[in-house]
Amino acid sequence: MSNNEMNYEHIPAEKFAFVQDKDRLHDTELKTKARSFFADAMLRFSKNKSSVFATWILAFLILYAIVAPLLSPYGIRDKDPIYINFPPYIKAISDLNIGIFDGAKTYDSQNDNSMLAWDAIYQETGMNPLLRVTGTHETEQLSRGQTIKRTTYDIEVNAYYAKGMVYRTFSYSEFEKIQKYQNETGIQVVYPYVESKDINDQTDTPNVWYQVDSKGAPVTDSNGNLIPAYSTRTSYEGAPYNSIRIPGDDGSYIYSFKKAGAVQCRVCYYNYYRYLHGGDLPTYLMGTNALGQDIFCAIGIGARFSLIFAILVSAINLSIGAVYGAIQGYYGGFVDMALDRISDILSGVPFVVVTTLFQLHLAQKVGVVPSFLFAFVMTGWIGMAALTRRQFYRFKGQEFIMAAKTLGASDRRLMFKHIFPNAIGSIITSCALVIPGVISSETSMTYLGIVNLSDFAGTTIGTLLSQGNSVVTTAPHAMLYPSIFLGLLMICFNLFGNGLRDAFNPTTRGEDA
Amino acid sequence: MVKYTIQRLLYMILVFLIITCMCFILIRMLPLPALPPNDPHTEIIQLRRESLGYNKPYMVQFGIFLKNIFTRFDWGISEQLYIGRSVWSVFMEKLPASMIVNLYSILWTIPVGIALGIFAALKKNTWIDYLISTLTMVVISVPSFVYAFLIQYVLCFKLRLFPFVMKGGTDWFSWPMFVSVVPAVLALSFGVIAGFCRTTRAELTEVLTSEFMLLARTKGLTKAQATVRHALRNCFVVIVPGIFGEFIGILGGSLIIERIFAIPGVGGLTLNAINARDYNVFIMSTCFYTAIGLLASLVVDISYGFIDPRIRMGSKK
Repeated sequence: MSNNEMNYEHIPAEKFAFVQDKDRLHDTELKTKARSFFADAMLRFSKNKSSVFATWILAFLILYAIVAPLLSPYGIRDKDPIYINFPPYIKAISDLNIGIFDGAKTYDSQNDNSMLAWDAIYQETGMNPLLRVTGTHETEQLSRGQTIKRTTYDIEVNAYYAKGMVYRTFSYSEFEKIQKYQNETGIQVVYPYVESKDINDQTDTPNVWYQVDSKGAPVTDSNGNLIPAYSTRTSYEGAPYNSIRIPGDDGSYIYSFKKAGAVQCRVCYYNYYRYLHGGDLPTYLMGTNALGQDIFCAIGIGARFSLIFAILVSAINLSIGAVYGAIQGYYGGFVDMALDRISDILSGVPFVVVTTLFQLHLAQKVGVVPSFLFAFVMTGWIGMAALTRRQFYRFKGQEFIMAAKTLGASDRRLMFKHIFPNAIGSIITSCALVIPGVISSETSMTYLGIVNLSDFAGTTIGTLLSQGNSVVTTAPHAMLYPSIFLGLLMICFNLFGNGLRDAFNPTTRGEDA
Repeated sequence: MVKYTIQRLLYMILVFLIITCMCFILIRMLPLPALPPNDPHTEIIQLRRESLGYNKPYMVQFGIFLKNIFTRFDWGISEQLYIGRSVWSVFMEKLPASMIVNLYSILWTIPVGIALGIFAALKKNTWIDYLISTLTMVVISVPSFVYAFLIQYVLCFKLRLFPFVMKGGTDWFSWPMFVSVVPAVLALSFGVIAGFCRTTRAELTEVLTSEFMLLARTKGLTKAQATVRHALRNCFVVIVPGIFGEFIGILGGSLIIERIFAIPGVGGLTLNAINARDYNVFIMSTCFYTAIGLLASLVVDISYGFIDPRIRMGSKK
């Protein structure tokens, strides 16, 4: 038994002393600060680890939506005509050769001739499109009584280098400007022209600069080297060329071809792109979509619209639903029944039909976005009204309402000063769960193409997903990044909303929305 | 109970008529798209429009529309997509594809979903419960086209297990058809599994902590007996109406999944009708989706009464 423990039953009387003897006794002020309802809820919220984590990710995603379009070197209106559905590419990371951001595109079953064609691009431009060989297959074929061994390769190529040459038509002044750029920077943009009759009448094959046979397969000399087929017919030259020439050119190759009032050139698109963008290399963190837009920027633009739109819709629905539900719940009886019939009818109309009808009727008159907004408002408030109605039924019979009524408070005062503040917690928290619902429906509608917001918002997540869906096999990145963004956004919003609801109404903890 | 059912049914028909009337008038108010000039059907369609009262007041048009449905079951003629064909026959042609995908999906998802929910509830607050609850939350949050994309890319393209889109033809129950709808079925399934899992878990955890469960244990039942006989029965009051609702939903299909996997179903028809401004098909689709939605909620409400005597008694008052 320690000395600290005392025998509380037999305390001698002299040990007691009066706290106050002569003065009047006052209540002391509270030493601790009173914790408000809101602070209490926040404390509970911060103890919910998954919700806090989700909130951080959510904050990051919202920050992304704000910042990404500013960080991207491209705007939403920059649409590259050639780099369409191209994979993610950043030159600095690509040069590290670690297999990411290298614009890799897979080509299966490439035979020796195709491999030679890839190499030809390397030989001409000095940029090797071949990143790596992922597989080699050897097949033996019986041909004219002989067994021929054929080797095919599965390869990954840098799509940006692999694009190689394109034909472009320039005005004379533009052609002069390109030559000037070439002289200043030493970057070869224009390459010698190849006439289709020199390459066995093949057309639309700008990457072929060597002699080919009738099937289009490269012809090699005795050393296995490609034989150039550049045009030397100066009578067809479109405009004089006074700029850098490719190695091996003795000055006889022509660099442009005569067209009516203009010249046609074979340009290396990668270098031409640098010419167009003031020397900048193509930098697509998440690749490009079907319109040649930068997906990194486009997701941000789409997310901005989705978030603002969802918050707007929730705010409007919240206001309408709260008033409607308040009237229903407060008056009850016939009013409740009549208003309930109206919401029954409205909630029965399928959302696709509502959206379509609003688009068809109103899009011409008030614009696409307002009519889309009306479609959401038309049916969206019903859930909120039902919730408010329930809360009103819960509170309207309680004593404090009777007391206020006895004191002569008007109906409006009772509804909005006495009942509504009690119900606001659950109404606000359900709003946090309405936002992801709105984003999801909005994405579905733009994905299905029922609503086209591209003219207004630039693009939306739904539009991006829809564009990506048509090229799932060739350019999975176009669908992957918007999907990740949308998936994360939805999960985090729901976790955040659940956490908020648990914090504000601890009694409902564990019930998922 | 019979009286309640009839009341609800009549009310549903009334709501259906009001919605249809609203949508019908709104659709008829739209300007009509031009008909192809040299098509032999054009003249017939013009004459039909005359007889359908296209220049009469909208309520008269709606009356003629209803009269044609009730007397001849004539829903009109497709004017753009399947020019000259009866809308009803086009619709019936599209319905099986939508139904087959949904049917396969709910046949395995409902048992799996309920089983997972029961499992999670019995193992409440263990890592299994947390894992199942988290996955459920993730699957419910993520929109269906995201995992439709994953399924299409991984299973159909990378692993080449299934064909990319649904196969044509009308051999609905053949093996190749089954294989070709598997991706779409999977994409539809996750959401349903998660939904049932969550409801079951929530209900069962509530029932398991109630006092009659304690009584059941104290009178000597094992945990398994008490769970199966008392807890599950009670939580099925909520789950079974959900199953009925899901079965009605089979008809509806999913616009998004049908588009991704090129299922020649009702959803695709509706979208095409909207894009091609084929209003007769669109009216039919509107009626169809409205009816499905109303019917599902009606069946859910009534089945509550059939399953739970407490609710049945309450409705008699």
